[in-house]
Amino acid sequence: MTLKAVVNNVAPMTASKDVVVDIQKMSLTFQTADGPVYALSEVDLTISRGEFVSFIGPSGCGKTTLLRVIADLERATGGDILVNGVPAQQAREQRAYGYVFQAPALLPWRTIESNVTLPLEIMEISREERIKRGHDALKLVELNGFEKKFPWQLSGGMQQRASIARALSFDADLLLMDEPFGALDEIVRDHLNEQLLKLWARTNKTVAFVTHSIPEAVFLSSKIVVMSPRPGRIIDIIETDFARDRTLDVRETPEFLEVAHRVREGLRAGHSYDD
Amino acid sequence: MTGKLDKFCLVAAVFALLSLVFPLSGVHIETGKNVAFVADLPGLASAMVACVVVGVIFTWYGVTSVVRASILLLIVVFGAWQAVAALYHGGLAGYASYGFWMFILSLWALVWRAIDVIANYHTLENGKQQTANLIVPVAFGIWLLFLWEVTTAGCGVPQVLLPPPSMIGVRFVNSTGILWDDFRQTFLKAVIAGYVLGCGGGLIVAIAVDRVPFLKRGLLPLGNMVSALPIIGVAPIMVMWFGFDWQSKAAVIVIMTFFPMLVNTVSGLNAAGRLERDLMATYASGYWSTLFRLRLPAALPFIFNALKINSTLALIGAIVAEFFGTPIVGMGFRISTEVGRMNLDMVWAEIALAALAGTAFYGAVALAERKVTSWHPSFRVRRH
Ligand SMILES: Nc1ncnc2c1ncn2[C@@H]1O[C@H](COP(=O)(O)OP(=O)(O)O)[C@@H](O)[C@H]1O
Ligand SMILES: [Mg+2]
Repeated sequence: MTLKAVVNNVAPMTASKDVVVDIQKMSLTFQTADGPVYALSEVDLTISRGEFVSFIGPSGCGKTTLLRVIADLERATGGDILVNGVPAQQAREQRAYGYVFQAPALLPWRTIESNVTLPLEIMEISREERIKRGHDALKLVELNGFEKKFPWQLSGGMQQRASIARALSFDADLLLMDEPFGALDEIVRDHLNEQLLKLWARTNKTVAFVTHSIPEAVFLSSKIVVMSPRPGRIIDIIETDFARDRTLDVRETPEFLEVAHRVREGLRAGHSYDD
Repeated sequence: MTGKLDKFCLVAAVFALLSLVFPLSGVHIETGKNVAFVADLPGLASAMVACVVVGVIFTWYGVTSVVRASILLLIVVFGAWQAVAALYHGGLAGYASYGFWMFILSLWALVWRAIDVIANYHTLENGKQQTANLIVPVAFGIWLLFLWEVTTAGCGVPQVLLPPPSMIGVRFVNSTGILWDDFRQTFLKAVIAGYVLGCGGGLIVAIAVDRVPFLKRGLLPLGNMVSALPIIGVAPIMVMWFGFDWQSKAAVIVIMTFFPMLVNTVSGLNAAGRLERDLMATYASGYWSTLFRLRLPAALPFIFNALKINSTLALIGAIVAEFFGTPIVGMGFRISTEVGRMNLDMVWAEIALAALAGTAFYGAVALAERKVTSWHPSFRVRRH
């Protein structure tokens, strides 16, 4: 009897240990001068450790808002949200995630190296350690050799890679990425997608990735979350099982096209493209 | 050669030709003498001939290169030298007439054309471009000084109205001792102290104002009121409060410089974008960490703007404040007493000193700005 009680107590704890993001009945309404904007409504979602989750939907459906709620940059007006088993604010204060914004957001007065090590500096990590980790992070995104350059001396794609290196530098287990490659041309984008996938396969990080490109979502994800606009809600969650070490060639396979088709159907059902 | 004639060179050639014919000085009414023509002044005559020749050649062939522009400048330098020599050694001073002024006009046309060509010179070689960029303002400045010299000397302008620059220069060189004492009193003591206190205080209060919203609403309107206060009202009061020495001048400067710094820094602290603030939030960066790593660096262009404005305000403030009581030293003191004694050349020497000090001060701040905010788009495009 005592034994059973112990097992019962332990079971939910071990289960929640593998849940990185747990969102229940979460809603968010922006109060604006023109009245309330219902950005998200009744969102239920769990993200487990090691998953690569893509959020796809037409623009304005609340993808960015959802990511910002997970990051505690925006406060939900209803529902519960736990990150690593603690409230989002506490998770942010524990530096639980690295966030990659839509724009590189590099500080123009800092070199690439000191931009990448900025989070480490804020965390008061020693200088030698910072340089070492910054170097490693830049290597991951193939930017070694550009340490002493300034952001404006790099192309848009390189700047975005530097911002990814910055998010990787302090080795958080959770990566939140908001259309990181949205502004880049397709060739650069394909290349970065492949690199990102390799990184994910190697490090077992958990990734939440916002995109509005169907092929990108299908290629990268282990789980695709399809969203509908106004108010933003989840209309479909699609699990994929492509090999972790897939290459861009997978996009020609029937399985890939099938998943892409299902995503497209989901988006259409959401009556999304009314603009 | 080009199809079009070079108008400036044509004008220069015509005026130089006319100057060879017209009298160079007027009639001395009492003696009836002193009417000079080119024959009396061979040096000046040779310069005039040179202007005619060069003017005609370049009218035809155009000033198409920097080398040709430099030739023009050399001719102008020779002409200007001969003109000054004719004034002081040829007896033209005070009596210059049509011929002389036509020659000056001829030089003017040539120098105008030469500076124009050099100002439009573009090259990828950094050294050459910098030299060209330097020649333009220097040549322009020297030309203005020359015009000032020949007009005052040639027309015999009374020295109380406007002494020629050469006279100011001589007075300057002969009074370096006094000037240095004045500079030390006004600039090294009052200006530096007031500037550092005013700017530093403005910066610190701005950070406090930014943190405490009610201060912003209370202090900024008050700031506008204080910066509208007339300095001639404030200065005597500061002398009452802080005594005759430099401290009261520093206090005037603090009042003048504090609010430009406050207002600029307050807007600068809001210059960092929302994205960058969110970025700092994702690292759970605290208030001070965000202030020093993001908001103050982003505010630097605004802060430097205030530093530049204040560098001029501070010097003006110190000089004017000294009119209201000072120990017997200081640039403002010297100006007010020497005006009373009709020693206008000393007044002008002090003005020249103020101009030099002010320019150097502003230049130093601008240079520091360039070094510190070289990442800012307004500077970095040039280095590309
Ligand atoms: N700070 C805000 N204030 C008011 N409305 C907002 C704010 N941020 C986003 N919205 C609105 O919420 C909706 C969702 O926005 P967003 O999450 O940026 O969409 P997405 O990233 O999917 O394009 C949009 O209608 C947008 O206008
Ligand atoms: Mg978005």
